[in-house]
Amino acid sequence: MSGFSMSRRGLLAGASAFGATAALSACGAKTGSATSSSGAKADTSGDTVKVGLLNSLSGTMAISEVTVHNALLLAVKEINAAGGVLGKKLKPISQDGASDWPTFAEKAEALITDDKVVATFGCWTSASRKAVKPVFERYKSLLFYPVQYEGLEQSPYIFYIGATTNQQIVPALDYLKKQGLTRLYLVGSDYVFPRTANKIIKAYAEANGMTVVGEDYAPLGSTEFSTIVNKVKDAGADAVFNTLNGDSNVAFFKEYKSAGLTAKSLPVLSVSIAEEEVKSIGTQYLEGQLTAWNYYETTPGAANTEFVKAYQAAYGADKPTSDPMEAAYISVYLWKEMVEKAGSFDVAKVKKASAGIELDAPEGKVTVDGTTQHVHKTARIGKIGSDGLITEVWNSGNPIKPDPYLKDYDWASALS
Amino acid sequence: MTTTLTPTKTTPTAGPTPSLLERLRVPGAFLLGAVLLMGVAPLALSDFRLDLLAKYLCYAIVAVGVSLAWGRGGLLVLGQGVFFGLGGYAMAMHLKLADAAATGQTLPDFMQLYGTGDTLPWWWQPFANPAFALAMTVLLPMAVAALLGFFVFRRRVKGAYFAILSQALAAALAIWLVGQQATTGGTNGLTDIQGFFGYDLGDPVNQRTVYFIIAAALLLLMAAARQLFVSRYGELLVAVRDSEERVRFFGYDPANVKLVAYVVAAGMAGLAGALFVPAVGIISPALIGIVPSIGFVIGAAVGGRASLVGAVLGAIAVAWAQSTLSDAFPAAWTYLQGLLFVLAVGFLPGGLASLVTVLRRRRTPTTQTGGTA
Repeated sequence: MSGFSMSRRGLLAGASAFGATAALSACGAKTGSATSSSGAKADTSGDTVKVGLLNSLSGTMAISEVTVHNALLLAVKEINAAGGVLGKKLKPISQDGASDWPTFAEKAEALITDDKVVATFGCWTSASRKAVKPVFERYKSLLFYPVQYEGLEQSPYIFYIGATTNQQIVPALDYLKKQGLTRLYLVGSDYVFPRTANKIIKAYAEANGMTVVGEDYAPLGSTEFSTIVNKVKDAGADAVFNTLNGDSNVAFFKEYKSAGLTAKSLPVLSVSIAEEEVKSIGTQYLEGQLTAWNYYETTPGAANTEFVKAYQAAYGADKPTSDPMEAAYISVYLWKEMVEKAGSFDVAKVKKASAGIELDAPEGKVTVDGTTQHVHKTARIGKIGSDGLITEVWNSGNPIKPDPYLKDYDWASALS
Repeated sequence: MTTTLTPTKTTPTAGPTPSLLERLRVPGAFLLGAVLLMGVAPLALSDFRLDLLAKYLCYAIVAVGVSLAWGRGGLLVLGQGVFFGLGGYAMAMHLKLADAAATGQTLPDFMQLYGTGDTLPWWWQPFANPAFALAMTVLLPMAVAALLGFFVFRRRVKGAYFAILSQALAAALAIWLVGQQATTGGTNGLTDIQGFFGYDLGDPVNQRTVYFIIAAALLLLMAAARQLFVSRYGELLVAVRDSEERVRFFGYDPANVKLVAYVVAAGMAGLAGALFVPAVGIISPALIGIVPSIGFVIGAAVGGRASLVGAVLGAIAVAWAQSTLSDAFPAAWTYLQGLLFVLAVGFLPGGLASLVTVLRRRRTPTTQTGGTA
């Protein structure tokens, strides 16, 4: 994919048609060709360094991404209170991606070139990550991405702190198989994550004697689910694998309940519903249903108790913590560890130092994998309780090595 | 309500003896615009700001078409995203294929990840040819507009019905693109575009050249649109807008008059989409659905849809405000944008471009001709 080095300068041919323009662009090419490309350097001269926080603070994704933004700010504040990084305080610069992918790219460039940040934390949707990826690669600047995603990516300038597919979807399938739930119905929003996840699920099912009895996609934001729920009801499935995102879940679960389906008669395993979403969907619709993540507010351990306490002290006692928030929170700490190990904010040195960085995180022990720039994480299946919290019913025991391209899984060989 | 035919407003130089100053007004303004875009902006702005300006200028090119179709023709084109998208995808498809070819691949990166086979879909194949792809960026939108316009205008669909139809088309295209993830990249769209006809887009020098191409295209299209405005066709278009029936009695076919404006506006939106791709490096369904389609007309409405300069400056100003204000007031910006649109349409139908005229008239009500009081 890289190794693209055709930097012929000028581009005169295209412009020559435009008379006066041609002369001007020729000037630009000559003067510019002396400088090397992409010279934006992070500014580490003062006694503070800037870090970029790139989240949607407006638009449809704001409801989820604001919580991630809050978690990032909390981590920055805590690190500053403890003396900063390499003796320098962090100054967070927030940019609003506005739930719009090109805006994400624009704001990423603003953070790197105008604010000269040392690292950027954020993005939620895969589309926004795909949009900013070329920007971070062009300027050789680092992005820490905190959300579980569909895998099949490994940018040298992105650290993937959320789960890849073999740390969330594959363990979820292992769990369903172990429970004897082998006939699956797949329901998802129509975008990259659900479609890729379902491709993986189908390959897994085929190799493991499971059957996919139906597969349906609803447009993002769709609230009309009577047709899909009726199909689910009549398909003779053992379980529903749900990759719906956002508001659609509210409509889906309401329709599901009114069709007489329950967690007992036909369980739904969701991979995009965390504590924050449980609250907005309504516990009465979700009680007893399953989720797959790497962290829950109820995950035991001193690190989590502290995190939940600090978050609620900062943002309100009724505010839940969730997997993407936790991943965002630890991403700042992981970056801090990398910088301190490298003894420098320099991107190449930080990348080199990243291998083997460990953290006793709220989700348990996490370790950075230097080759894939993903994180070893423990998979956890949870059950939604009547109080809106999710309690763990199964975990993978040990942190799972990240495998974004599913290279170690024979059944996945045809996927990429 | 009687609407009066006042084509004189469209041709300010049509008076009996235009002074030298008046005759130089338009070329002078054009020259000033050219100096600002080609000389001042590239010198004064950083690479990043110039990239942003390039993006705004793409929206301005769409606004030139909106000014023609809506401002002059009265066609509320709420689906320009379709044509912007067709142009953008045509360009991006070629650039993705060229990127793949440069690294010895036959399939673009996203098809290798999400695609279903090892072969390029048949409808992708011709886009490997640069001449074909470039022609398609303009011809494809124009063909779609011609087809749609032919049936719609002949059946005398107008006003809100035409606007709703345009919107539905924009929504349909966006949904279709999302659904075809294996061949269109789905919601992600076509991203990570590296080269532009053999030149590395990562090189700031080439980014600048892209800016110059966009600025030149905008100036040329403004000049062409201005000629169209003052031509006989331009007069006829305004006449159709103000009273379609009367024009029909004169023996003209209003459907054809509207069709031309609609198709030309679609071609401009297509070209804008095609230029947007190298400037921003992405095209996705999110850029062509209902919301961005409305966005394309807001700028023109605020600046003044019937005035070419007003529409262009309005589009640039609204896009600039969106970039700048959304940081300071992320949640408030959307409301502000809506408010601007309502205010402009409700209280200042001529947009900010008409503000001076409106104020002047209000101060000297006696000079007003045909006032209703």
